[in-house]
Amino acid sequence: MKRTLGLTLAASLLGTAVYAQEKTVTIASWGGSYQEAQSKALFDPAAANTGIIVKQETYGGMSDVRLQVSSGAVSLDIVASGSGSAARAGAEGLLEPLDYSIIDVSTFYPTLKSEFCVGGDVFSTVYAWNTATYGDAGPQNWADFFDTEKFPGKRAYRNKVAGALEPALMADGVAPEDVYTVLDSEEGIERAIDKIRELKPNIDVFWSSGAQHAQLMKDGEVDMTTGWNGRFDNAAKDGGKVKYSFNQALLDYDCFAIPKGAPNKDTAMEFLAEISKAEYQDDLPKYITYGPTNKAAYDTGEISAEVAAGLPSSPANAAMQLPVSLEWYAKWETIADEMYQEMLTE
Amino acid sequence: MAMTATDTNRAGLRRDGHLEKLKLFGLSSPALLMVLVILVIPVGWLFYVSFVGADGQFSLENYARMIKRKSYFRIFMTTFQVSLLTTGICIVIGYPLAYFLSQLPSRLANLCLITVLLPFWTSLLVRTYAWLVLLQKKGLVNDWAISLGLWDEPIKIVHNMTGTLIGMVHIMLPFLILPVYNAMKAIDRDYLKAASNLGASPRKAFWTVFFPLSTPGLFAGSLMVFVLCLGFFVTPAVLGGGKVIMVSMKIVSNIELFVNWGAASALGVVLLVLTMAILWIASRFVNLAAMTGGGH
Repeated sequence: MKRTLGLTLAASLLGTAVYAQEKTVTIASWGGSYQEAQSKALFDPAAANTGIIVKQETYGGMSDVRLQVSSGAVSLDIVASGSGSAARAGAEGLLEPLDYSIIDVSTFYPTLKSEFCVGGDVFSTVYAWNTATYGDAGPQNWADFFDTEKFPGKRAYRNKVAGALEPALMADGVAPEDVYTVLDSEEGIERAIDKIRELKPNIDVFWSSGAQHAQLMKDGEVDMTTGWNGRFDNAAKDGGKVKYSFNQALLDYDCFAIPKGAPNKDTAMEFLAEISKAEYQDDLPKYITYGPTNKAAYDTGEISAEVAAGLPSSPANAAMQLPVSLEWYAKWETIADEMYQEMLTE
Repeated sequence: MAMTATDTNRAGLRRDGHLEKLKLFGLSSPALLMVLVILVIPVGWLFYVSFVGADGQFSLENYARMIKRKSYFRIFMTTFQVSLLTTGICIVIGYPLAYFLSQLPSRLANLCLITVLLPFWTSLLVRTYAWLVLLQKKGLVNDWAISLGLWDEPIKIVHNMTGTLIGMVHIMLPFLILPVYNAMKAIDRDYLKAASNLGASPRKAFWTVFFPLSTPGLFAGSLMVFVLCLGFFVTPAVLGGGKVIMVSMKIVSNIELFVNWGAASALGVVLLVLTMAILWIASRFVNLAAMTGGGH
């Protein structure tokens, strides 16, 4: 009896040893068409090439990571995140610093990575308009978006402060390069909020998700909205009468991070190194119009000139945009959002 | 000293009583344990966390913030306003319906009650989105009304307070109708006959006899609707267009926004305390035990 038990134990230990050699990583992302695009372009091919077994989950953002880290039960190895929330989570001590001797970022846009997060795709916060209301030549800049005399019609705007203040300041006449200088005080933030306050009677909906602002445009519920460019492309593909412009848009990126104490930290690092390569990133635009963070992805020949022209990070489009300042969000987001909520609840 | 027969008897009875109490306690201990584990401890934890600041130390900052920023006061006001209005509309619609049902022959009434309960079989999320599709600018309601000539331009009935109330009333109505219907069914019809026998008009008989007898059910239903409304999230979030912000929505955004859980916990504590206060005040007028199915 004892002997059998011993054998069983040995066998099961052996089993674990064999299993442990098969490297696995658990990745959490945002689900929907976004995660589907990531799977097809990045996760699945990289898993096939490295032999790393990938388990995918969806999650609710950095608050989930905070819960896992603070309770000491970390199950996620890699999380997809917005750059701003990753920067804040990193400062809070929730993320492992990334090892850039393993992850090769030499051909990355220098601003699209940070100590705790390596860029995965580039997206833009743009203004989009209903072509049935305004035709193809809609608003030309944020000033037009805020001008209800020139462009009468209903607007939608974000229900959070992220990406909401910069457009308001540009509409108020602040040059894009000065936006974050002006925002670097409560007075500056209030100035931006006042501009939105002015527009508020014409804002029908304060949207809370990308799916929502895409649907609002598809249904013609509002005539203009702010939002993320990829969603509008998908809405247009589905027959929505919607166009958007990269002019004065906010250039931002999503990134991948490793939660502090991730069970397969080393494998995660290895996997991030793999999916950051140009050969994977150049496939992403096939599934969603978000651009690569690795410049070399434009040189592989996978991204046609036509596709590139529609991506946020193509040189011509990037030049028109204001890169989002993570430093500003790390310093001000909480205060600014509380001030923004005051305006929302008035 | 020898014990008399009565003394023995009394001691035995006391022992039996004791044993029975122990047995009852033993039987209910799993339930009590469960309440302790899933209710008392977490709520206690919630209170504790709400006093922890961003630096991990004891702090009142989570409560101070709620006083400093006007938005918190407004969000609580909105929450109570939405809950009161929903309850009011539910009463206006639900009471006559329950009365009508209580007058029907029981077979028909049961059939109708099933249709009242039918919406429960569909998820709340689906029902809420269905309202969005119906009520939006190019939705069915506006389309039909315009083609029937009721109004010329699409009117705004969603992404605002109106839409939120429509959705919430629809979801809450069964919670009002059922207790009211039960209370009405329990009213002895002979009272009404006696009233008319004594010369009361049907209207007078209703208001002086039937209505007062139905009020426990009405109070119970209203209270249930009101309290459930206080914690609503999905419906105002979807139908309110981001402008009807209730406490539960603010709790979610605080979890995302603040480093410390306390920022959200404090909101939960205040909502809990306010709800308890309302229940306590209500308990002075209504028999809460009767509402939850206990005896009078």
